[in-house]
Amino acid sequence: MATALINAEHTTALARAVRIEHVSKSFPGPAGPQSVLDDISLDVAPGEFVTILGASGCGKSTLLNLVAGLDTPTAGAVTTEGRPALMFQEHALFPWLTAGKNIELALRLRGVAKNDRRPEAERLLELVRLGGAYGKRVHELSGGMRQRVALARALAQDSRLLLMDEPFAALDAITRDVLHGELTRIWAETGLSVLFVTHNVREAVRLAERVVLLSSRPGRVAKEWTVDIPQPRRIEDADVAELSVEITEHLRGEIRRHGWH
Amino acid sequence: MAGTDLGPAGTRPSRELRAASNELAGLDALDTHQGARTSLRRVLSGKVLPPAVAVALVLTVWQALTWARITDDYMLPPPSAVWHSLSDLWFRGTLLDVVWTSVWRGLSGFLLALAIGTPLGLLVARVKFVRAAIGPILQGLQSLPSVAWVPPAVLWLGLDDSMMYAVILLGATPSIAGGLVSGIDQIPPLFLRAGRSLGATGLRGARHVVMPAALPGYLAGLKQGWAFSWRSLMAAEIIASSPDLGLGLGQLLESGRETSDMARIFLAIVLILLVGVVVDLLVFGPLERRMLRRRGLRP
Ligand SMILES: Nc1ncnc2c1ncn2[C@@H]1O[C@H](COP(=O)(O)OP(=O)(O)O)[C@@H](O)[C@H]1O
Ligand SMILES: [Mg+2]
Repeated sequence: MATALINAEHTTALARAVRIEHVSKSFPGPAGPQSVLDDISLDVAPGEFVTILGASGCGKSTLLNLVAGLDTPTAGAVTTEGRPALMFQEHALFPWLTAGKNIELALRLRGVAKNDRRPEAERLLELVRLGGAYGKRVHELSGGMRQRVALARALAQDSRLLLMDEPFAALDAITRDVLHGELTRIWAETGLSVLFVTHNVREAVRLAERVVLLSSRPGRVAKEWTVDIPQPRRIEDADVAELSVEITEHLRGEIRRHGWH
Repeated sequence: MAGTDLGPAGTRPSRELRAASNELAGLDALDTHQGARTSLRRVLSGKVLPPAVAVALVLTVWQALTWARITDDYMLPPPSAVWHSLSDLWFRGTLLDVVWTSVWRGLSGFLLALAIGTPLGLLVARVKFVRAAIGPILQGLQSLPSVAWVPPAVLWLGLDDSMMYAVILLGATPSIAGGLVSGIDQIPPLFLRAGRSLGATGLRGARHVVMPAALPGYLAGLKQGWAFSWRSLMAAEIIASSPDLGLGLGQLLESGRETSDMARIFLAIVLILLVGVVVDLLVFGPLERRMLRRRGLRP
């Protein structure tokens, strides 16, 4: 068994890439405030790859938006190491710019000098293996290529923390598989901390060092697993499958709790 | 692809790396589409021929009606009379002057409206208080016929060029600002979130994200703004003719009425129409096409 259950206590004085402390979030609803996240505490260590797993609508995107600073928690506090880079399920590339210029915009907003932008954009495109795509328009790229450009643009922010909100969910299985490999490679090369949100258990286990399961309505940390299967992993590896089965059981349990009333 | 592929658990065999790279290249190649270029012949037969046929048809019907003598030449002059009127103006050397006077007024008034309408639109779209305060008025002004501004403008500013510009401004600015507001309102929220997470906030956000994302609505507003500029100018020129004012197309039309010269009236109308079409075709058409093509919204 390549898993070990760990306590949710990481109360060391070490620097954290992300520190989520007793965070709650509710939205105004028809019958008063609707609690979406309830008392979530979670840390991500520098260089760590953590996936947040949960059923659709459990508040994963809400949590990631809070970490990204795009929204503020109702209670509790989120601290991050600098401004994080963010990647969405939709590529969110700007269609009025070419692939290369999308990356250069991120560099420009970061304050990179004009002359350094083009070579840096080309280096980042090489990193996601899209060396020839600098002048391509967004609509000329396939779904997988768009997500790689979006990844390159996120990397252009030179943040130490990368937040990813189901970035591969809309891709076909083969493309997704290849991009999993690319992401683990880039993560290892850059030493980034990654907080990756997904509803796909296998994907979570394939990628992460630690998997955090969220419950639904309200979202709470239901359980955590450390994944010590060595990289490179493959999604069809027996170890990955075995842990996925176990986690799926828990996820099903969380979903079943809502099937009663 | 050099062997920079250090996983946390050590290196991967380079064969696997090459396989992954080939796999990616294969996926990319399978899933990319190439746009086709349109040939000159297709442009001619698709874009030039149909309007040419339509114009020829109108001219034929017109000529046929005058031959059939359904009414006096005084009421419906034949195409040839209009042509004479045109060549007459040309040989007297006033044709280009007349057209240019109006086009110059129209374009410079439009540019002025652009300079005022753009920041106004940004303010209305982005500042809640301003939107609540003047949003509905802006909306209403768009449907106010700009001829209504001519009498007050004449009284305030007298019969000179500044009166013309005032009428154009009042006619075109609401359209331009309104187009920008609706363009901004239609921006997918994802772009705004992406922009914010990249650090494009405030003026930088307006410049790098909001304005380009709102361009389709903005361009539509500009197009309408130009149409309104041109219309209001013609209204102003027809109503307010005075020897102090340079002779424009509107005054040409009005002088045709004063002398009961139907050929001249027809000529003026055709020229007014032509300027509107040409500006649309030469300025807004290419702008719009370029924007749509760049964004993959049109081949
Ligand atoms: N801005 C909002 N206003 C009201 N309700 C919201 C808002 N954003 C999200 N929610 C609600 O919060 C819940 C969690 O949404 P989300 O975080 O998008 O879930 P997930 O990403 O896990 O699928 C959903 O029930 C959704 O309806
Ligand atoms: Mg989501």
